[in-house]
Amino acid sequence: MTWGLMIVLVLLVLFIFALLTLGEGLLKVAASQNGVEAGDYSVLPNSFSSLFGRAKNKPKYLPEGVEVKHLKRGFDINLAGAADSKAGAHSLRVSNYSIKPTDIIGMSPIPKVLFEVGAQIKAGSPLFFDKKRPEIIYAAPISGELIEVRRGENRLISELIILADQGDVQYHKYAELPNPSTATREEIVNFLLGSGAWPFIRQRPFDLVADPTDTPKAIFVTTFDSAPLAPNLNLAVEGKEAAFRKGLEVLAKLSGSKVHLGLSARTEPAAAYINAGTVEGVETHWFDGPHPAGNVGIQIHHIDPVLPGSTVWYTDVHGVILIGTLFNEGIFDSERVVVLSGAEFSKPRYVKVHQGANLEQVLSDLPADFKEELVWTKDAESVKKVQKPTQVRTIRIISGDVLTGSQVERNSNLKFYDDQITAVREGNYYEILGWLVPQTGHPTLSRTFVGGFYNDLEYTADTNSNGEKRAFVMTGEYESVLPMDIYPQHVFRAIMCNDIEKLEGLGLLELSEEDVALCEFVCTSKQPLQKMLREGLDLLRNS
Amino acid sequence: MALIDFWKKIEPKKENKFAHATYDAFFTFLFKPNTTTLGKGVHIRDAMDLKRTMIMVVIAMQLCFVAGTINIGYQHFIALGTHSSFAEAFHLKVIFGLVQMLPIFVVSMAVGLGIEFYFAAKRGHAVEEGYLVTGALIPLIMPPDVPLWMLTLSIVFAVILGKEAFGGTGMNVVNIALLSRVFIFFAYPTEISGDTPWIAGLDLENKVADYSWAHLMFNPLFEAVGWTTFEQGQPMVANFSGATPLALGYQAGWSVTDPATGEITGGILSKYSAAQMWWGGIPGSIGETCKPAIIIGGLMLLYTRVASWRVMLSFALGVAFMGLLFNAWQVTTYMNVPWYQHFGMGGLLFALVFMATDPVTAAQTNRGKWYYGFFIGVFGMMIRVMNPAYAEGWMLAILIMNVFAPLVDHFVIEGNISKRMKRAKQYAK
Repeated sequence: MTWGLMIVLVLLVLFIFALLTLGEGLLKVAASQNGVEAGDYSVLPNSFSSLFGRAKNKPKYLPEGVEVKHLKRGFDINLAGAADSKAGAHSLRVSNYSIKPTDIIGMSPIPKVLFEVGAQIKAGSPLFFDKKRPEIIYAAPISGELIEVRRGENRLISELIILADQGDVQYHKYAELPNPSTATREEIVNFLLGSGAWPFIRQRPFDLVADPTDTPKAIFVTTFDSAPLAPNLNLAVEGKEAAFRKGLEVLAKLSGSKVHLGLSARTEPAAAYINAGTVEGVETHWFDGPHPAGNVGIQIHHIDPVLPGSTVWYTDVHGVILIGTLFNEGIFDSERVVVLSGAEFSKPRYVKVHQGANLEQVLSDLPADFKEELVWTKDAESVKKVQKPTQVRTIRIISGDVLTGSQVERNSNLKFYDDQITAVREGNYYEILGWLVPQTGHPTLSRTFVGGFYNDLEYTADTNSNGEKRAFVMTGEYESVLPMDIYPQHVFRAIMCNDIEKLEGLGLLELSEEDVALCEFVCTSKQPLQKMLREGLDLLRNS
Repeated sequence: MALIDFWKKIEPKKENKFAHATYDAFFTFLFKPNTTTLGKGVHIRDAMDLKRTMIMVVIAMQLCFVAGTINIGYQHFIALGTHSSFAEAFHLKVIFGLVQMLPIFVVSMAVGLGIEFYFAAKRGHAVEEGYLVTGALIPLIMPPDVPLWMLTLSIVFAVILGKEAFGGTGMNVVNIALLSRVFIFFAYPTEISGDTPWIAGLDLENKVADYSWAHLMFNPLFEAVGWTTFEQGQPMVANFSGATPLALGYQAGWSVTDPATGEITGGILSKYSAAQMWWGGIPGSIGETCKPAIIIGGLMLLYTRVASWRVMLSFALGVAFMGLLFNAWQVTTYMNVPWYQHFGMGGLLFALVFMATDPVTAAQTNRGKWYYGFFIGVFGMMIRVMNPAYAEGWMLAILIMNVFAPLVDHFVIEGNISKRMKRAKQYAK
């Protein structure tokens, strides 16, 4: 009896050992397939202390006594292909630039263009305005010749294309500059409106260009972008510290009360950001947490939320610098730091380009985004199915980040507000039993995958939708990635029912596409939430 | 990739809707489709989809299937009084269980999925995966001796009236599996409740074992290897009763001790020990008896975060609250059952892990889930202990709270709205 028991015990130990060894081996294989250091991953804890996690020390750059807002909910999608911000950004000039009025929310279809085709224009020259809001001028990003006013359906103006000058950029110079500390608010507003810098100030709700007749509750600027592969905005302010400070002074004057600056407590902010609190009327706020902690909408919610009947304004770091340069040097300098990131780039990097730069030359080192493949299609008589050679997309180019950006073609342009180009693999492939045992690694929050347990696994994501659209079934998913006191699922249900009254109370006015982007990412039912949210916002705006 | 070329070739025409919906359902099971994200919005999506979510729940209940199958055979031989130790004639118990179990499972899946496919084709959208879980849950909550025609009727009723009439997966108000159970329960009360349906394969009029051809065809095989065989017409134990612990509990409570001899003469403990109820060697619905199997499944659902821990925890708290209250009250003998022993009895754990956590019919807000689970616990215990007609309360308690879940959510949402509106009013001043 005892001998039998001993043998069973020994066999059991051996079996468990075999299982652990197998699991360990599989984990190493998965790690090497995902291109990470296999030594960091093990079935068993690497050391005793790793069982409990390490206590985090307070980072050195955090000033004494500041209050840090810890946001627990959210998720960092760890994608391969991040650019190294230490390498710096070099300036890049391309041959043509274009401004798309359609990038601006609420713009009427046919804005008034102030130049004829063929005219020579300078950077900062007034280019066009919205006929509904004629006081807001949109300026040319670069000097050169206006070569085309491209039109779409119903004569809608889709694009204004400028062929850039060969030599230095010719700036439209302003001789008289208002001094933000002595000029009145009205003088400053008028100067910003006429110079083309105003459109960089936007408002919540609705993400429209701010209304100049309005006085906002406060103005918000976020100094870090927590989206996947997002640019390190410390680079944007490098060498432009004076302009950034001046920009903040101008915004402080515009704001009815305060300018709130959101700083990252996770990664070290640039000194210009940390010290910005010394500018009069500017307040700094430290945020610690996963994406979307860097979204201005989330920061607004935690500092001074948008309420029914109130508006707040916001701008990004590039907007502040542009305004500051305008007030310091009298020129409209739209050059900004843009990151080219994603696993498809052989060398992800930072560049400095002017607004609306054509991507063809920027993306010169990106491999071909189409290839020829045999695809099953109906034959000419549409009777039989045959395989035909077809151009199939292999790489998707995105202006913006993978969560909120827009797909663009290689010969298209950087969008109005974007500071990021991402290239990811197109996921137009079938995967055998891919829903059950995926052979290719996909980022996920779900703990039904190995990746759900190791938050720091790096993924080479693709654009496969990983399943088909279904009815809402799961609950609590959206809440887990939205650090706001809002019930997102009910917001979307109210949008589907066009329940306008309820939408205001549910907090739709506080939301923007980028805030619910992670909800859309995790959605088990693969619902197009950002599209639905914009429909809801349009419904409220037009009601 | 030859397999995919084959599948692409046999794709039926789109005009033939039912065939195409069926093809599509199977095709997307075999291959994750090549659809990509839209040009605006998120460009990458989480690897999780509804198929995987649903299959995780089905995997979590596999141990219940195994334990339930064996227990069907085990209970059968206890009634006959032969091979009554657990491991004795194990082959007979497994085969008996499988012959009873498989038809129930096949009918449940075939009938339900057939209706789903039909409605998907009719509506012109893809087949949703929700029924995979429902179809696997239904066999587990049925008595082992349920006639297949009753099962079919109940599924047709539940799926068409409970789900498709409301618009399909994600739209149903009440839990479909429980709706089918409640249909059987109220439509055929004499056949399906009481002491008889929990043990299969008995001819109760003649008090003998009753095997079908499906059992007897294994006899030659067993004879060939020299094992024991099914014996048609074997007599049952005299005065055998298939009463469940719940029925005994209602009659006399936890235990009645004869003061003179010190022997237990009535109550649950007179027939079943607490350990027996824990391991599942008792009559009951197929999946509910073996508690460790349910707990392992529940832990898996909690660990993978497929099921809501809030519902499970608040459900357990509700049960404990009511159990303690009854223990303090002690008006009827049933209230003497120690509160923690309730967890080992009847379908409580199964309802807690697999039934109450259905995300569609539960409350949808995190705060609402606390109320939802807690009141299921409270109502279920009330029905179990205080009413004379039904032996078990979870089915009815969950259905009640399914109906009230939207109301619970409404109050939670209204709280959020009024908070925001109050802030807006203050700002306006």
